[in-house]
Amino acid sequence: MKHISKKFPGVYALKNIDFDLRAGEVHALLGENGAGKSTLIKVLGGIYHAEEGEIEIEGKPVQINSVQDAEKNGIAIIHQELVLVPYMNVAENIYLGREPGKGIVADRAQMVKDAQKILDELGMDIDAKTLVKDLPIAKQQMVEITKAVSENSKILVMDEPTSSISDKEVENLFGIMRDLTKKGVGIIYISHKMSELEEICDRVTVMRDGEYVGTKVVKETNKDELIAMMVGRTLTNYYVRDYQEPGEEVLAVKHLTDGDRVKDVSFEVRKGEIVGFAGLVGAGRSETMQALFGLGRETKGEVFINGNKVEIKSPNDAIKHGIALVPESRKEQGLYLVQDVRYNTTIEVLKEFIGKLMVNEKKEAAITQKYIDLMATKTPSQHQVIGNLSGGNQQKVLIGRWLSTNPQILILDEPTRGIDVGAKSEIYSIMNDLLKTGVSIIMISSELPEIINMSDRVYVMADGRVTGCIEHEDVSQETIMKLAAI
Amino acid sequence: MSDTKKTGSVMTSNNKGMVFLRENAGILVALVILCVFLSVFPGTSESFPTVRNVFNVLRQISSNLLLACGMTMVIILGGIDLSVGSVIALSGVLAAGCVSRYGMAIPAAMLVGVLIGIVFGAFNGAVVAKTTIPPFIVTLATMNIARGLAGVYTGGSPVRVVSKEWQFLGAGYIANIPVPVIIMVVVFIISILIVNRTKMGRYIYAVGGNVQAAKFSGIKVEKVKFFVYTYTGLLAGLAGIILASRMYSGQPTAGEGAEMDAIAAVVVGGTSMAGGSGKLGGTLIGALIIGILNNGLNLMNVNSFWQTVVKGVVILLAVFLDYIRNIKKND
Repeated sequence: MKHISKKFPGVYALKNIDFDLRAGEVHALLGENGAGKSTLIKVLGGIYHAEEGEIEIEGKPVQINSVQDAEKNGIAIIHQELVLVPYMNVAENIYLGREPGKGIVADRAQMVKDAQKILDELGMDIDAKTLVKDLPIAKQQMVEITKAVSENSKILVMDEPTSSISDKEVENLFGIMRDLTKKGVGIIYISHKMSELEEICDRVTVMRDGEYVGTKVVKETNKDELIAMMVGRTLTNYYVRDYQEPGEEVLAVKHLTDGDRVKDVSFEVRKGEIVGFAGLVGAGRSETMQALFGLGRETKGEVFINGNKVEIKSPNDAIKHGIALVPESRKEQGLYLVQDVRYNTTIEVLKEFIGKLMVNEKKEAAITQKYIDLMATKTPSQHQVIGNLSGGNQQKVLIGRWLSTNPQILILDEPTRGIDVGAKSEIYSIMNDLLKTGVSIIMISSELPEIINMSDRVYVMADGRVTGCIEHEDVSQETIMKLAAI
Repeated sequence: MSDTKKTGSVMTSNNKGMVFLRENAGILVALVILCVFLSVFPGTSESFPTVRNVFNVLRQISSNLLLACGMTMVIILGGIDLSVGSVIALSGVLAAGCVSRYGMAIPAAMLVGVLIGIVFGAFNGAVVAKTTIPPFIVTLATMNIARGLAGVYTGGSPVRVVSKEWQFLGAGYIANIPVPVIIMVVVFIISILIVNRTKMGRYIYAVGGNVQAAKFSGIKVEKVKFFVYTYTGLLAGLAGIILASRMYSGQPTAGEGAEMDAIAAVVVGGTSMAGGSGKLGGTLIGALIIGILNNGLNLMNVNSFWQTVVKGVVILLAVFLDYIRNIKKND
């Protein structure tokens, strides 16, 4: 891709970008949210049309004006949000739109046979007859990859494929990626995770504010240099954490059980500390916190706050007792996407400014502004529709919303998933500040460096149980993984 | 492009009137053009812009706007209520029956009519809240049940009530203003207050926009759904007795297709069928456009079949306008 430019009303989304991909390499595309990675990919995929620049494939200039053009040229894109049909089986999804068979009759048996063959070749442990909705996210992703391979794609674009899968599944994914590159497929890999780049990528291109910053060979660069390229400055303190002596115990959970998702979980949280929860995806961490928050289906067990036993039957009870939960999945469980920043900020504290058929708008605006300032949220106005903000800013609004309830225990479930390094670092810093005001934080994270660098103590879960608690001095990748992989 | 402009400025002062004008620019222009046209067009210039005709139009849209107020909330909630048209008939015939068959006092009989609406609304609300059965199906069922019961009760013929007092609600005047118009204004104001100035109003948007997030927020989703459907049922019951009053009889065929007219007003008013967004102000304009159009075509002596065709075209135009605007916004 040469000299690619794309304008949106008023702004350049891409300015004169050059990007090249060699057969058989994994080329990472790195940049903060809003740097233009997705836009560039959309130009390649035929979703956007670039005003300037040209695209060459195998030396020949090509015109890509539609998704069909992209497919014809062997380009397959695996989007962050998967686009499979849930109530169709794996084979049907793989061959969607190009079913084998005569005329309008699809040959289902043939389809399943062919699909299974490709799945097996790729070493994927998936039955072609399973309905997609019954597969976990990681396997759905595998189906997407299989689909791309079955289309004989030469160029595969993966947009943050590891953001919602566990480490073990990531390993599996990387194995498949290596196999593909051996077959000559070129892969464009978009990710925020530095550690993955070192592991899987050959070269890395960094973008910032719609501009090309540079391309490096991964082996010849390092994390600090890349981060500096991304943010345009050197980030000295990526993880911000001042350790202090934790205070009294504020929360004790004893024998918390919820069906077979959460089994006999006990833990304590002290004032002013961060308690990390590590484990593989599906280990029951989110379910534990949801059960604690009153969202469980058949919750048993005891909860003590400041030494007093409390009954939490609904999120309202939890909020009353000073617990706040910022859920794992921003878009599905947190945001009202069509509403503005103000609505999304104040929904938990309506009683502070709505009463007697009157809305005190000044007060509402003030509350909203308070949390915009506190979280350093970047938004053109309080009336900006939240769906138009970047992931990092959406997350900041969401955390702000829950801070408005003045929690003494803040539960953050994957607080930095899918957001850029700059915003990540800001969120760490806010967490650090909150601790000083006496708030306690429970943080679920699948990113080990985050858990290791931010937590006072780490509980590790596997298969719905707590398998161990590691004190700060002993926390490391090894100690965590030993307890997580059971 | 989902980027944020890097400013930290705030818009705290945002004139509500201006926001309303901006959000509804398209249909407002259409409404004004329609009124201007009907005021100057030779066939209607004498009959359209008169006080009498204005009240006429307002009375004609009154029952549709009652339904549409409830329907707007239901649609913001992400649901639909197909039963309102049939509830009009059932509430009308039962209220009329209470007077003519059981000799009940007229206010009490009318209360019975409204109660019927509440009962149906509450039933819809309870089922929608407690189960995952789609509202379309639930209200399709109750639509048939109500319509069928109205037929069973009357044997298919109107239940007449001959009384001046009975006609007050639908055909009476207070200070030269038709009573249904006054009721319409009151209901509209109450609905606006609920949607814009109560916690319940915010919750309706929350449940319609993202039901899972609403649960995580601690919003009592079931209560919100129950409330909205019950309120809509109440308005349908009210519309039922107003209509029965105006026609001095409860008719088992009353309100046929009324649910669709209400949906049309909501959609023309710019509320998204996907839920989570929408405004009652838009619905008012939507109901006005449809009502004035019908009135104008009547004054021009266009036959009613053509009026239906025109209504369809208007709905298409309105949603098309919305579609174009959304494309522009997103690119």
